[in-house]
Amino acid sequence: MANRNFIALRTIWIKECTRFLRIWVQTLVPPAITMSLYFIIFGNLIGSRIGQMGGYSYMEFIVPGLIMMSVITNSYANVSSSFFSAKFQRNVEEMLVAPVPHWVLICGFVGGGVARALLIGIIVTCVSMLFVDVRIHNFWVLAITLLLTATLFATAGLINAVYAKTFDDISLIPTFVLTPLTYLGGVFYSLSLLPDFWQMVSKANPIVYMVNGFRYGFLGTSDVSYLVSIGLLVGFNALLFAVAYTLIHRGVGIRS
Amino acid sequence: MKALAIQGLQKTYKGGTQALKGIDLTVEQGDFFALLGPNGAGKSTTIGIISSLVNKTGGKVEIFGHDLDTALVDAKSCIGLVPQEFNFHQFETLLQIVVNQAGYYGVPRTIAKQRAEKYLKQLDLWEKRNMPARTLSGGMKRRLMIARALMHEPKMLILDEPTAGVDIEIRRSMWTFLKEINRQGVTIILTTHYLEEAEMLCRNIAIIDKGRIIENTTMKGLLAKLNNETFVLDLKRETEAPVTLTGFTHRVLDDHTLEVDVAKDDGLNPVFDQLSAQKIQVLSMRNKANRLEELFVSLVEAGRNGGEK
Repeated sequence: MANRNFIALRTIWIKECTRFLRIWVQTLVPPAITMSLYFIIFGNLIGSRIGQMGGYSYMEFIVPGLIMMSVITNSYANVSSSFFSAKFQRNVEEMLVAPVPHWVLICGFVGGGVARALLIGIIVTCVSMLFVDVRIHNFWVLAITLLLTATLFATAGLINAVYAKTFDDISLIPTFVLTPLTYLGGVFYSLSLLPDFWQMVSKANPIVYMVNGFRYGFLGTSDVSYLVSIGLLVGFNALLFAVAYTLIHRGVGIRS
Repeated sequence: MKALAIQGLQKTYKGGTQALKGIDLTVEQGDFFALLGPNGAGKSTTIGIISSLVNKTGGKVEIFGHDLDTALVDAKSCIGLVPQEFNFHQFETLLQIVVNQAGYYGVPRTIAKQRAEKYLKQLDLWEKRNMPARTLSGGMKRRLMIARALMHEPKMLILDEPTAGVDIEIRRSMWTFLKEINRQGVTIILTTHYLEEAEMLCRNIAIIDKGRIIENTTMKGLLAKLNNETFVLDLKRETEAPVTLTGFTHRVLDDHTLEVDVAKDDGLNPVFDQLSAQKIQVLSMRNKANRLEELFVSLVEAGRNGGEK
């Protein structure tokens, strides 16, 4: 049984990785180009006028946030589009008729999203090295934050796809929720620049904790404790996994 | 052993449509079973429930003794499904599609590749194995779905209109293939609109209409119920005199074509005798409709008329 589940999990994961690698021009190249533009415009041109932020050059400051931004958007987009396409083309039925446990189905799709997000993270890190000397303060905090964030947004993408009935439905959350929260999540500025009230409001934004936890891993500085960041990430992951499991188990959007 | 045992199966969709109104059905191991019915009768809903794609609202389903409610994993392992619609990833290659399907059932990759070669070759698709599925013709796509369904070597194969839109040559090769895997012990449940297909392949049959089973018997038993057959005769005539046939309902379609209703007990000899006496030669003869088709239509109509009373 365990071996069968492992083979099924590996099959779904490989299928997902093959999918985003097959369309690498759509999945891997755009983040590299977008982030290069961010580094050139915000880091080099505007950043040089801003000076230091949190004791680091502006370019150094925004690198963790930009990597995290790519990880969030790509992990989410990968699973939401892949799972929705599988629903739309009905090839999700291939898995539903097979004895694939629901947790295996979720982990396979989420694993694919995490793989793409990590690959993008590496690509963006390599691009950033063209502009700044990347230092790592605490590799484990960095790795754990990255992995938990990618997993969280991949799971969120799956939940979005479960509910989605049209392709529009899978672009609504990224456009109206994820992008504003990411831009207001301390990617481009330190929370300490904000008035007290807006600092408090910002701390209700979960992405603040992910960006800052990740920034701590790189720079050793953060607006919030990295332990709080990791704790919240674990909690949110558990919550979203439970939601995703319940939805798939009930067959919401996939069984009539 | 029973390959499939359904008791009191019900399905009501969210909008309130009652697709199944408590059907009972049994399919024995090794059977080649036809599930027939008009569009919207409940065939695909039944198949959807058996293959876990549709949630039932009542009743019990057992597959080789495994209850869908309590032993879902074991039940699923016994089934291979060939759905009505193409539902594979259009951009994946044939090899990826079938090997992945085996993976979902826990078949190791090395074995999956061997089986992929076996089934893709048997279904004449091996040459196309590295092509994306979207490039295949309709008939090839149908065969791909059969190969995919066999990758975990199921005990029971369910085919929902497997030959829809397939030309006669490929359809016949698919029949040969299905007969062979049935001979090897795989139980087959088939839905089709080609009644000739059901008559040729299946030993037992159930007819479903409006969510109820209206007939469940052997194919021979069902065909024995056929009391009348209509024959179309192509004639060669030496005179202009009108054709007369005593004791038979008949219709003259044109100078050389005659349609005759013949009761099973009467036989055709009296028809030939009377025509010969009028110096009319019968050049050829055919059934007006497939025998099963005539029965199917009459059973469905009888069921509906009964239901309206």
